[in-house]
Amino acid sequence: MQTGNPRTQIAARLNKAIAARNGFPSDTGMTKPSIAVEQEGSTARVIVSGEMLTQSLSAVEDAFRATRPDAAHVTVDMSEIDALDTGGAWLIADLKNRCAAMGATVAFDGLKPAHSALLETVSENIPKDIPAEAPPKGFMPWLESLGQSTVGAGRDTVSILGFLGLTLHRLGRTMIMPWRLRRAAVVSQMEETGFKALPIVALMGFLIGVVLAFQGATQLKQFGAEIFVVELISISVLRELGILLTAIIVAGRSGSAFTASIGSMKVQEEIDAMRTLGLDPIEVLVIPRVLALLIMLPILGFVADIAGLFGGALMSWIDLGVSPGMFITRLKENTSVWHLAVGLIKAPFFAMVIGVIACWQAMQVKGSAQSVGQRTTASVVQSIFMVIAIDALFSIFFSEIGV
Amino acid sequence: MDGSAQTSTAKLDAQREAVIRVRNLRNQFGPQVVHDDLNLDVWRGEVLGIVGGSGTGKSVLLRTIVGLNKPAAGSIEVLGVDVLNGPEADRRRIEKRWGVAFQDGALFSSLTVLQNVMAPLREHTGLSESLMRALGSLKISLVGLPQLSCGKFPSELSGGMRKRAALARALALDPEIVFLDEPTAGLDPIGAAAYDELIGELQQALGLTVFMVTHDLDSLYAICDRVAVLAEKRVLVEGPIEDMTKVDHPWVQEYFTGPRARAAQQKGQDR
Repeated sequence: MQTGNPRTQIAARLNKAIAARNGFPSDTGMTKPSIAVEQEGSTARVIVSGEMLTQSLSAVEDAFRATRPDAAHVTVDMSEIDALDTGGAWLIADLKNRCAAMGATVAFDGLKPAHSALLETVSENIPKDIPAEAPPKGFMPWLESLGQSTVGAGRDTVSILGFLGLTLHRLGRTMIMPWRLRRAAVVSQMEETGFKALPIVALMGFLIGVVLAFQGATQLKQFGAEIFVVELISISVLRELGILLTAIIVAGRSGSAFTASIGSMKVQEEIDAMRTLGLDPIEVLVIPRVLALLIMLPILGFVADIAGLFGGALMSWIDLGVSPGMFITRLKENTSVWHLAVGLIKAPFFAMVIGVIACWQAMQVKGSAQSVGQRTTASVVQSIFMVIAIDALFSIFFSEIGV
Repeated sequence: MDGSAQTSTAKLDAQREAVIRVRNLRNQFGPQVVHDDLNLDVWRGEVLGIVGGSGTGKSVLLRTIVGLNKPAAGSIEVLGVDVLNGPEADRRRIEKRWGVAFQDGALFSSLTVLQNVMAPLREHTGLSESLMRALGSLKISLVGLPQLSCGKFPSELSGGMRKRAALARALALDPEIVFLDEPTAGLDPIGAAAYDELIGELQQALGLTVFMVTHDLDSLYAICDRVAVLAEKRVLVEGPIEDMTKVDHPWVQEYFTGPRARAAQQKGQDR
């Protein structure tokens, strides 16, 4: 811990050499900081030396804290300090305060004028009470947060229903006053949410058809009912899978985009700016998006249906020897068009759910970028969940009325 | 610049240490040339104010010096290290020796103010948690924020407080150079004056070199040792603010002799 020892000197020289090689000015030298105490009776001399800079303080931090000279007069010798910054000054000021608290008188020796000013600035600004860490979590806070989130969930439900009503009202008004519709925005949203989603939706539909045919074939072969693969594919794709999976893809793709884009606008106060300009954010931002989804989701669902049938037919041909001609004939004879209708009827409802949840979540964004991320995640999870829940309700409904 | 000016600069070169040395800098975005053959020196321990009309590339210059923007040509040395082509390790070390306060604070929104200030300490020093907290709250106190704001998130602060918190974070590692991008923009006159005073005090106490992009004439008169005017894609003139009124260039004339400039000058002399 003494600067005089040969190892420290070598280290200092080495540091200097490294500093010189790196082109740093090394006028102060690069000695490690250190602290030593010399005690004689009731007076103690604390010798602080080296480079007291924040970035090299970790070496002496513990030594400083351990230094508690048991003396009536403490002199801090600062003549060997090469460089001092606020971090180093804090340690020295802290040492002084601790000694003073123990009833010792503290004096500084060899204090350079520049260091003196800094030490003074730091001493003046040391906050009295450093704020404590957040309290540890226990059972009661957990219970409280559970209660809060329950109440919050209830409020959210009410709020989202209100938002649904608002959106429907504005949609209705747009129907009556079509000139208020922002056509350019609607078309650009249709391109973004619909047209650009075509490849992925078609590919997904195709693969679903392939998988169904492949899996169905192995089972149906066992009792020689290969030809029923047509009904298996057509009914499951047209009634359920085509539109359901399309809605899930759109919820992930466009729902998240809606929340993130409107949410970022919320953070930038763009929504507030719109309100002050007399623009209705629902009409400007929400209606074009919801309307674009209402138009495009049935189309995407239809594309997924066709791609699914195509994939199924292809796989049936390859795997089961059901020729495309036979597939189409059997499809015409045994699959009612109602199956297609039952699937596509659900599309506008899914579109409404995805659009309203995404836009509502975006409007809940507060302040920070983190909030945008949280709301986007919530938007996707909620809308996918709601799509599946509504699909289940429809399934019960249609089987009850017998279509 | 004429011959006599060049020799006088050469004389000064010998006396003072340039902590930032920009040579023949060229910045270009597509066909638009922002800087062309720009030269600038920043001396140790000075407060340099960068002024210029909108779109003259003041912030681009700042971003280029701190390595956020790659220039098309030229060289930049900071504290003797070539920040464009120097070894990676040297550039990393240089980054610890400067602090940048962005225009809107650019505080990390998921961290509290204290955690924001502690972030560089946590990354670059091996200090204990309690010492980091102590130094963090010292910096917060130095920039004049109440200790109450330590636990607040940036979104809960006003614009002026965010600027101060950003300065506290920029000062966390006790840098030698501090870059400030429009530090007083958007502050009320009292807040702006207090911020100027704060920068001046910290600069004195900590021996900082301050590189400040600003439009605030009051700041220029109150704390800047030197002013560099960006115009015509380069540093048109640089020098003490008193000399600026003598420069024969329409924009500089209008900027430094306009009614606002005269009022600011008066105020600066009163201090």
